[in-house]
Amino acid sequence: MTASSLARRLIDQFQHGMPLCAEPYRVMADALGCSEAQVLDCLQHLQVAGTLSRVGPVFEHTRAGSSTLAALAVPEERLHQVAARVSQYPEVNHNYAREHRYNLWFVLTGPNRAHLDAILQELEHDTGLTPLDLPMLTAYRIDLGFALEPTP
Amino acid sequence: MNIALSEQQSLALRRLLEAGLPLAPRPFQVLAEQIDASEPQVLEQVRLWQEQRLFRRVGLVVNHRALGFAANAMLVLDVPDALVDEVGRRLGQAPGISLCYQRPRRLPQWQFNLFCMIHGRQRDRVEAQVQELLEQHLLDDLPHQLLFSTHLFKQCGGRFAPPTGARVHG
Repeated sequence: MTASSLARRLIDQFQHGMPLCAEPYRVMADALGCSEAQVLDCLQHLQVAGTLSRVGPVFEHTRAGSSTLAALAVPEERLHQVAARVSQYPEVNHNYAREHRYNLWFVLTGPNRAHLDAILQELEHDTGLTPLDLPMLTAYRIDLGFALEPTP
Repeated sequence: MNIALSEQQSLALRRLLEAGLPLAPRPFQVLAEQIDASEPQVLEQVRLWQEQRLFRRVGLVVNHRALGFAANAMLVLDVPDALVDEVGRRLGQAPGISLCYQRPRRLPQWQFNLFCMIHGRQRDRVEAQVQELLEQHLLDDLPHQLLFSTHLFKQCGGRFAPPTGARVHG
């Protein structure tokens, strides 16, 4: 198996369902028919290349604490400055510019709702912009990773 | 029978897990050493969290941009409240939709209550895919907008456990 086909199979098969045992990489290697060292080597390469953010659990927002999707309508000339202000919070994990009057979108996560309220108030106070606060009400589909398209 | 982790140890473990498992043959042993616990204690806690469905998934967290999925679009729809569950379930099963959530409206600023995420390699293909999806589900008459991302300022894992000593000031 080439390194790139191993990478592909790891991404295809282990975006979820990674075993929680003492030697998870060995179990993954057994399932893919290669060595544990090859799996670790491949993951390290993917991480250095920026393809892999990390390996491990993705916490369920509603059970692991509190989270919300927030948006700000930022005057274009202030967008980068306000975005940098928002990104400073360790509680912000995604922060995107989007094409819309509400042009800055970010996900806030914290131990509880009061913690998020305090950040939203602080942002409003510091930027003079009122955030949209859009917590999830119902999940019809949650992200379990995504399928790679077939190799052309 | 393992001794359960202390509250402080389990909080520290959660922070470590949020940053990702070490790429080492015994990753839970490495984490155990960092919180002054044993590998079986750590594994027991992690399995308990999984049983409690604290994890959405466990595995590779891939940066879709680095894989060439650069067109990240958020489709938002204004669906009548009586229909939102049905429409949400249908769109949630559609191919190409990676997230489908109901969120509150904030009138008058924000009228949309159903949110779908779509990742694709090219913008025009994502647009065509969304149009097809809406027509197929007879939803193209509903008010909707497609918000493409134009810039990524920050992307990392969720931090539910605040860093020790970190506080929101004010």
